Amino acid sequence: MTSETVDRVLDTPVRKHRMPDRNFRLWLVFPAILLLLLVGLFPLVYSLVISFQNLTMTDQDTSFHGLMNYAQLFRDHRLWQAILHTLLITAVALPLELVLGLLMAQLLLDNMPGRQLFIALIVLPTIISPIVAGATWRLMFDQRYGPVNQIISWLTGHQQVLLWTVNPKLVYPAIFICEIWQWTPFMFLILLAALSHVDRSLLEAAELDGARFPRIFFKIVLPAIWPVMAIAILIRGIDLFRIFDVIWALTGGGPGTMTETISIYTYVQGFQQFESSYTAAIAFLIVALMSVVVTWAIRRMGFAR
Amino acid sequence: MIARRLALPLRYAAVIALTLFFIFPVYWLFIISFKTPEEIFHYPPVWYPKSIQFANYHVLFKDGDAFTVWNSLVLASISTFLAMMLGTMCAYSLARFKTGGENLAVWIISQRLMPPIAIIFPIFLLYVWLAWVDTYHGLIILYTAFSLPYVIWMMRGYIEEVPLELEESALVDGCTRWEVLWKVVFPMVRTGLFATAVFTFVFAWNDFIFALVLTRTEVTTYTVQVTHYFGGQSNFWAKIAAMSVLGTVPIFVVVATMQRFLVRGISMGAVKG
Repeated sequence: MTSETVDRVLDTPVRKHRMPDRNFRLWLVFPAILLLLLVGLFPLVYSLVISFQNLTMTDQDTSFHGLMNYAQLFRDHRLWQAILHTLLITAVALPLELVLGLLMAQLLLDNMPGRQLFIALIVLPTIISPIVAGATWRLMFDQRYGPVNQIISWLTGHQQVLLWTVNPKLVYPAIFICEIWQWTPFMFLILLAALSHVDRSLLEAAELDGARFPRIFFKIVLPAIWPVMAIAILIRGIDLFRIFDVIWALTGGGPGTMTETISIYTYVQGFQQFESSYTAAIAFLIVALMSVVVTWAIRRMGFAR
Repeated sequence: MIARRLALPLRYAAVIALTLFFIFPVYWLFIISFKTPEEIFHYPPVWYPKSIQFANYHVLFKDGDAFTVWNSLVLASISTFLAMMLGTMCAYSLARFKTGGENLAVWIISQRLMPPIAIIFPIFLLYVWLAWVDTYHGLIILYTAFSLPYVIWMMRGYIEEVPLELEESALVDGCTRWEVLWKVVFPMVRTGLFATAVFTFVFAWNDFIFALVLTRTEVTTYTVQVTHYFGGQSNFWAKIAAMSVLGTVPIFVVVATMQRFLVRGISMGAVKG
């Protein structure tokens, strides 16, 4: 829409003036912005204020202590471990989901009998609540009564008792499996839609000219689906960075603090250790970091058009 | 392209194997909810129950645990309705009048991408002070606010597709701006409204972390209730499964009826569908 047409609409004479026309557009955004400030601005400001104090749930002393809590952030080994765990999960799960989703989308791109049914069934995990997905895999991974160990026993030929959610070597694979199970279909669905919009005649022409598959994929297909793929990566990357539910259900951050992510750790500090001011400092750090990353990503990817 | 190189039987084998992987855990969750305790704790695992029995569900209804599904329904429905109303109004202003320019639009969408854990702690302290913890309105306001960026983002896209001429002629015919919005724009973006509402509903329905922090006993949602059965002893399996199924079936039904909107909804409009 050009700015001329906007002016034309704004200047259109209106006979019944119940509301000043000039303010109409502001009245429209007012309630939404008010609510958005509740989740967008208030937490930021309030976190900042109490992060300079030394509040706990029992100690309501509101005197200011300067940067004490921020100094503690840098000394908090457990916090940096949690950030590391979060980055590890993101770095492993995101590429796997992307590649698997892309392969599945290629596999189901061409029509075949029953295609719609297969797609509908594959997509189910994505709709389920993450906490239910975690609970489901907790049942699946049970050492004795769960089917996972049973299937592995059949495949290997002798009985296996793997403690998926307790064994330090197996907790991360368990989390990856659950994450990939739930979110690969998400990637699959978006990439399937993107792939089906790629111009087929272009591909056929390239094939006739004797171009090989990798070349066609990287020169034609990938550039065509990139805008959509970039947004899928952004959404999933941010979701993985704030992962909470699945870990809460599967391991609770354990064994020990081995699978504690940044969200789990913040929850523990705020709602189990009741370190109000310190939690606020962590929250502020996360919001500040994410604001920079997210705003950069949105502008960079042309998300805002 | 890969697919065309594979023979059809091979393709089918691959697709069926994948479908099994994605569907089997859902199947397992459902059958546990129908099993007797003997079948649940039988070694080796029972792959399909001998008979379907509803005792596990009966317990949930008798103890009142099933009420948490009702709480989820109330919270998700009302917050979806509010978010759709306020969000569409805001989206209309953004789309037609470019209110706030690109900066406002970017700020709004960046709110969708904030980690809930970072905002929930200050909100919790505020709610304690307001005595809003464990109330319907407390969670409804929070869900509405948290859904707004998504609604605004999606509806802005849909509204931009409405031809401007329709609105102009309605104005010339003497409609007020509010009437144009109600009588022209809303009906035109009806399908977009429904599609966006489904995803807003699913978000609130599936939420765990906000409900975990802000509910105690009165407005506990089904997601929080499921985690109440986690514990050292594993004899709550039947309850975990039955409660999960109660919370999952409604969402399957909602999404199944709205399937054609799925792609545009989850890709946040990146793929026009």
